[in-house]
Amino acid sequence: MTDDTYPAGSTTGSPGAAAPARATGPREHDGATDAEASPRARHHWVVRLTHWVNVLALAVMVASGLRIFNAYPAFAPRGGTFCCYPLAGHPIPAWLTFGGWLAGARHWHFAAMWLLVANGLLYLGFLYLHGEWRDLAPRRGDPRDAWEMVQFYLFARREHPRQGKHNALQKLAYLSLLVLAVAAVTSGIAIWKPVQLGWLTRLLGGYVWARYWHFLAMFGLVALGLVHVFMVLSVDPYSIPAMITGRYRSDRSPEHRNARPFYNLFGGGRTEGAEVVHADAAHGARDRASPEPAGTESVAAEPEPDAPQATRDAPYEETAE
Amino acid sequence: MDRRDFLSLGGAALAAFLAACDSEGPRAAKGALEFASRTNQDVEEALFRHLTMDHVKRGGRLAGDALPRYYVSPSVPVWDPSIRGAWKLEVGGAVANPLTLDMKDLRGLPSVTHRVNHYCVEGWTALTEWTGVRVSLLAKLAGARPDAKFVDFQSFDSGYHESWDLASALHPQTLICYAYGGALLTPGRGAPARLHSPVKLGYKSVKYLTRIVFLPHQNGGYWTDRGYEWFAGT
Repeated sequence: MTDDTYPAGSTTGSPGAAAPARATGPREHDGATDAEASPRARHHWVVRLTHWVNVLALAVMVASGLRIFNAYPAFAPRGGTFCCYPLAGHPIPAWLTFGGWLAGARHWHFAAMWLLVANGLLYLGFLYLHGEWRDLAPRRGDPRDAWEMVQFYLFARREHPRQGKHNALQKLAYLSLLVLAVAAVTSGIAIWKPVQLGWLTRLLGGYVWARYWHFLAMFGLVALGLVHVFMVLSVDPYSIPAMITGRYRSDRSPEHRNARPFYNLFGGGRTEGAEVVHADAAHGARDRASPEPAGTESVAAEPEPDAPQATRDAPYEETAE
Repeated sequence: MDRRDFLSLGGAALAAFLAACDSEGPRAAKGALEFASRTNQDVEEALFRHLTMDHVKRGGRLAGDALPRYYVSPSVPVWDPSIRGAWKLEVGGAVANPLTLDMKDLRGLPSVTHRVNHYCVEGWTALTEWTGVRVSLLAKLAGARPDAKFVDFQSFDSGYHESWDLASALHPQTLICYAYGGALLTPGRGAPARLHSPVKLGYKSVKYLTRIVFLPHQNGGYWTDRGYEWFAGT
């Protein structure tokens, strides 16, 4: 099974894993001694800066965009129809909009777009130059890891799956945000210049469809953004100071606390007893009974020396300031 | 900075932001917005290509009567010859020989009939068919001088006018139209003649035309003076 290439157990990176309760062998990159649980560098200042600038730019773009949308809250061309927007004719509630009137909102929209794009390019440049795209790049084991996270969140699994900097669902969400942002900017340019850049507009199916993609991309960004905020508040509020100061106490990581939304928000959820039972008995039994290939259970697998896990395992140390 | 400091600072910043807001957002941002607006105009002008044409979808349905009628006067502006005399279109300003064209003259000039999109600032589009004379032809006939860098299109619709950059005005799809969908313009559509072009947003296409003035300087416009973007290219 190719899955063995990326044993889930190799996805460490959370130094909290060094807790002695982990009976099944030491994890690599333990880094900080957990007795002290000293905060460690987690987010480079470029990431922190672009994160908060993005919050501002996206908020202005979305709210002013909705005000522009309200000038014609529909997609059908005049004298035509549109298949796929059930709310045609219903404006967005004014309190969700920004810019006051159509012209005002357009000025904000076409100013904040530069901030959004410049900020996005700075972030993407940093991701590339600093190698941190590896934290977001999809990998073969991701669907399985994501399924494990889903099971964990649905209480179908007791232990938080091991993870790198992000868990697999987070990776999926953050990567989707990037893709949606690129889609939003591309479709936005297509409806900004439907004649001079008409090739792009036509590529997206014409003006009406480009405007629809722009709307859907916005909707996706907002939806994922709301999920992100919900998860931050209900699972990992400690990541808020981390996104400001850059430092993160790894013994407060969701993995270490075994945290689900609103569960183990303040304390470590793992008990030594449960850990041992899980590791020794339940895990072994499951390996035999489960059709899953060996190695999917996180604590069991030995990392293969040649597997490219170096990238995956990299703890967040390069960027320590 | 601990968390409490951060929260109070953030709260103070938010309060300051909201206090400085009018309906269009924080006043302090006005300078930045104006800077962005000027920059955008430069970008738009740099993107403009004289020979980039608007293309309509093959087999698309003409908007026809579904194209909204629109004017700024309280009621449909109608040219009444008994009051104003016969309608004429003046082409003047920075030109070598000013023209005065009546409808017969205008319809006697080489004409273009084309299907193009109409892009409204509100976000809708319409597939439209227009018949008219290229502005570039009128500029040639009138002999626009080299110092003519802008063109102001003026109307009898309560002072509605919009000035354009010369390049957009001379675009091959920028027409002085006298027919829509194969029939002469009706008063609701800007009769007797109107400007139409897909290379600018709809509000730049002046209806109820009376004068075309070539200018060395920009002359704003009805919506431009009310806060809408001047260039408004597509």
